[in-house]
Amino acid sequence: MSEAAQPAPAPRRKRRRWPLAGLLGGVLVLFWLMMALFGPMVAPHEAGRIVDMDVFTPMTAKFPLGTDYLGRDMLSRILHGARYTVGVALLATLMASGSGLILGMSAAVWGGWLDMLVSRCLDTLSAMPSKMFALVVVAAFGSSVPVLVLSAGIIYTPGAYRIARSLAVGINAMDYVRIARARGESTAFIVREEILPNMTGPVLADFGLRFVFIVLLLSGLSFLGLGIQPPEADWGSLVRENIGGLAEGAPAVLMPALAIASLTIGVNMLIDNLGGFRRRAGGEG
Amino acid sequence: MKDFALARLVAMRLGLGLVSLLLVSLAVFAITSLLPGDVAQELLGQAATPEAVAGLRASLGLDQPGWLRYLHWLGALFTGDAGKSLVNGQPVVALIGSRLPNSLMLAAATALVSVPLALCIGITAAMWRGSFYDRLVSTLTVSVVSVPEFLVATAAVLVFAVHLRWLSALSSVSSIDGIVSFLRVFAMPVLSLCCVIVAQMVRMTRAALIDQLRAPYVEMAILKGAGPVRVIWSHALPNALGPIANAIALSLSYLLGGVIIVETIFNYPGIAKLMVDGVSTRDMPLVQACAMIFCAAYLFLVLAADLCAILSNPRLRHR
Amino acid sequence: MAALLEVSGLRVTARDASGGEVTIVEDVGFSLERGEVLALIGESGSGKTTTALALMGYARGGCRIAGGSVRLGETQILSLSASGLRALRGRRVAYVAQSAAAAFNPSRRIMDQVVESALIHGTMTRAEAETEAVELFRALALPQPYRIGQRYPHQVSGGQLQRLMAAMALITRPDLVVLDEPTTALDVTTQIEVLRAFKAVVRQRGTTAVYVSHDLAVVAQMADRILVLRDGRMREVGETARILASPEHPYTQSLLAAAAPRPHGDGVVPEEAPPVLEVRGMTAGYGSLTAGGAPLITVLRDISFSIRRGAALGVIGESGCGKSTLARVIAGLLPMAQGEMSLGGEALPPAVEQRDRDQLRRVQLVFQMADTALNPSRSVGRILGRPITFFHGIKGKECARRVRRLLDLVQLPASVIDRLPGELSGGQKQRVNLARALAAEPDLILCDEVTAALDTVVGAAILDLMDGLRKELGLAVMFISHDLHMVRAVCDEVMVLYAGQRVELGSRASMAVEPWHPYTDLLIRSVPELRQGWLEEAAAVRAPEDAARRTACAFYNRCSVRIEGICDRTAPPVQAVAKGAEILCHRGEAELLSMLPPRRRHAA
Repeated sequence: MSEAAQPAPAPRRKRRRWPLAGLLGGVLVLFWLMMALFGPMVAPHEAGRIVDMDVFTPMTAKFPLGTDYLGRDMLSRILHGARYTVGVALLATLMASGSGLILGMSAAVWGGWLDMLVSRCLDTLSAMPSKMFALVVVAAFGSSVPVLVLSAGIIYTPGAYRIARSLAVGINAMDYVRIARARGESTAFIVREEILPNMTGPVLADFGLRFVFIVLLLSGLSFLGLGIQPPEADWGSLVRENIGGLAEGAPAVLMPALAIASLTIGVNMLIDNLGGFRRRAGGEG
Repeated sequence: MKDFALARLVAMRLGLGLVSLLLVSLAVFAITSLLPGDVAQELLGQAATPEAVAGLRASLGLDQPGWLRYLHWLGALFTGDAGKSLVNGQPVVALIGSRLPNSLMLAAATALVSVPLALCIGITAAMWRGSFYDRLVSTLTVSVVSVPEFLVATAAVLVFAVHLRWLSALSSVSSIDGIVSFLRVFAMPVLSLCCVIVAQMVRMTRAALIDQLRAPYVEMAILKGAGPVRVIWSHALPNALGPIANAIALSLSYLLGGVIIVETIFNYPGIAKLMVDGVSTRDMPLVQACAMIFCAAYLFLVLAADLCAILSNPRLRHR
Repeated sequence: MAALLEVSGLRVTARDASGGEVTIVEDVGFSLERGEVLALIGESGSGKTTTALALMGYARGGCRIAGGSVRLGETQILSLSASGLRALRGRRVAYVAQSAAAAFNPSRRIMDQVVESALIHGTMTRAEAETEAVELFRALALPQPYRIGQRYPHQVSGGQLQRLMAAMALITRPDLVVLDEPTTALDVTTQIEVLRAFKAVVRQRGTTAVYVSHDLAVVAQMADRILVLRDGRMREVGETARILASPEHPYTQSLLAAAAPRPHGDGVVPEEAPPVLEVRGMTAGYGSLTAGGAPLITVLRDISFSIRRGAALGVIGESGCGKSTLARVIAGLLPMAQGEMSLGGEALPPAVEQRDRDQLRRVQLVFQMADTALNPSRSVGRILGRPITFFHGIKGKECARRVRRLLDLVQLPASVIDRLPGELSGGQKQRVNLARALAAEPDLILCDEVTAALDTVVGAAILDLMDGLRKELGLAVMFISHDLHMVRAVCDEVMVLYAGQRVELGSRASMAVEPWHPYTDLLIRSVPELRQGWLEEAAAVRAPEDAARRTACAFYNRCSVRIEGICDRTAPPVQAVAKGAEILCHRGEAELLSMLPPRRRHAA
């Protein structure tokens, strides 16, 4: 507690245990990432193949997640859909967080009119509710994967920008950045060495959060029939096409929705425990 | 003098809100009318003669420059003329007019249920923070916030309509003939919407209040011998009022997103359903008008949140 | 008669980051007679505030009172129920918090908060309580005692809030008042007013009090007895006079030694030493330039001084006087609007971007908060290596060798090389901070409050180190500080800033001789001395509470020797006085000598 001793003894290096919730979240996220990459390979059936005469069958050993409204294997369809739900959202998140980070950093470091201009433009963008913007874009351009990635990416850029900017502005005012400036370091050095390394934690957490928002937005669109178009299907579309089975309580309706929930809750649990991860990494680095 | 400064601040926020609305209208118009290319060509198909396309273009006013079309559109919107639906030729205003009251009723019912409920849960969770109750509330709200709205809605249908058979899964406003049927029609959509909004609002209210409960003046109040009720009511709440009002306004703006899903899932005849149908059929005048209504509502809520924050700040109120 | 307060075997524990329990207060015991004032003294982390709060049966979040007993009168406080504690707090034991600005609820009127405990405990009706409050406001020398209660906390000054908080504590006439560092956040000139008010009220009402502080000089004025804490354990307890005169515990001795820093060096710099930095007519601030060439918000106005090789210049003034801005302007981070600077006889461009690498190397900055001055994600080795590579183009093994030599120079073990700043103690961080400046091999180091965030003993060690380095390396140093003791102890020359203007500049010796600028005079009189009775002897200082208006001489509103019609209209001239200093004042030397209260017998 006291630092009176001069020189003070070396502080104990604390090793923090990886919290259970964080671990579980990490496993869930990793699992779905794997499925987005290799899902179609491990799926027992082809996504579009009708394998059962019966529709909306409950869970059986043969069809672990039942069958859908045409008698297709739900497990296979969910595994195939992972590519769309996870992949498209990941691309859009990369776009939103990437452009947000670049713009936010530039605004913070250069300030002045650039900051004003970018902030005002993005403020206008965020004056529209996210679903509304997506609906308007889809109405105008129709729905396709590039349109979905672009519009989700644009919608969530202002949020990422605001976080990145406020972090960078805060760090930019730190004395160690002032010292680097007074030393005559270039802007590139200051951004790379002094600012960026100190904002990775919050930026990563924000990336996760934004990913969750985008997954929810895109599956919401698909649920409305305005997202991924048939014959391809993400998890939102799977819920939509099987909504007829709701009255029977068919797993075909619930399972894709639960898949989304497991992904988003997993990401949430992971980022909530990023702090512990950071401290551990710091202790070992 | 001090009132004048405050009034100026409020007026400035109002002005900024109007500018935002104008910019939003520009964005909506640009995305729907300017960027997608030639509507006339698309309406008539590839086989149309150039003369026919040119004729339609002229009759739709598409041969004019973009900014002029925007001004025409905005002017017409201002006088209550949102054009005619491209699908069935009816005036858009009439289409919306028949649906808007239904949506407003749904929104009002949701707000009436969710705001008091969320405030109670949020405040109590903050009061007993760290307790089992608080952890339960936190876990539940995080879960609800991070799952899609349609999961909440389908789960509600599954439980209340399929298993318990208390309520009907579909809504039909025309069949209301008494309080019981009213409840039966509204219960499911309102319940689903509430779930999402209450979760959102509880989280924000709790965070706002806990922020205040950490302040040194709360410790001071405890050391003056104030009980928990006094600490919350006389000390923390007055300072959390701004953030809480902010939380309410922002959570209600989630209503706008949620209502789109919920109206669709329950086949509820509101304007969100109307807009989704408009998007599927690419009925631009309808989409534009609906988008403007939603954006205006959203901006209004954000503005209300800002004004609450300004008005509840003692430093601004008493200079 | 049994003592009013009896504490024995007090133990408080806290949960650490990994969930284990650590003891932060261990086996503390003392007793207090009615009407007595006991000081708990110690540095940050010594457990003094925790101990004080335990007297009210209160432990902050994450802490727990694990054992011992606290008896007040007939009440065993630690065995009280929640409602018993509520009945006790504010009624029989009252608390005065460190930062009144934060401890007042911003959205309620002051009066409501002052009378609140009386109403909670039902000791008075509201009307009676308000009358009593006004009485207390008057006793605490608050301006407009009838109206100040109607204001909101942000509408009154920090010094007034601190006194209002005392009124809040005293309104129920409690048996015991706990004062937790009540003047630490204040400027010295405000502190003396508050201390005087506290002392008067405590004496008038015969209040029993526990006064928590890190400042021995303040405690010497307030306390009958002193209890020294370190690392949560009692080190020494005794009468104030005895502790000050003959401390027994080595730790108390080191505290006393650090509190009264001995002068470093003889304070005489050879005249022939060439100036490293010369500043002429510097004006700087924020915002666009006005027609006259000065910035819209001027922070520094017409500042001139020079620092010779191997010399130390102290810059002193209260918060907001522009002293930190001065360091940033010299470093080129905030280019000056007007004036000239020269470094080693050559003109120094105002902005960082215009300076060449050699000019950049020769001026280095060391900041106050070592926490924010070191990049938390870079190791000490990398932090120190960068300036070596940047300025001298040295990499690899040679660079590592130089880093080790630097660590040796600032007396840190080579093992810290791979540590992150977060793993170092405050004093160690400040040493790394200093080493980074030395890595450039500069001619001039600008130190902005380098010891303000450190405990007295650690700070004294840093100053010793800097003094040694200055002699060894022939460095010129500018010390920016609010601490007159420190500046007078380590600097050869002293510059006093007030509201961005240089009101006095002179040698260290001249600071001990009258006449002073009226502000310097106020400052010198306000710094508590480490002896009992100083507060009573110190001449009453004019209350700085008149309506503030913009005047030609910035100090006009607080000046005790102002000339109406002149000082508020005409800017004061710079005049040289016989003691070897320059003073910015309309009053002549003879006038200042005769009008300001005579100097005290005890030299600082």
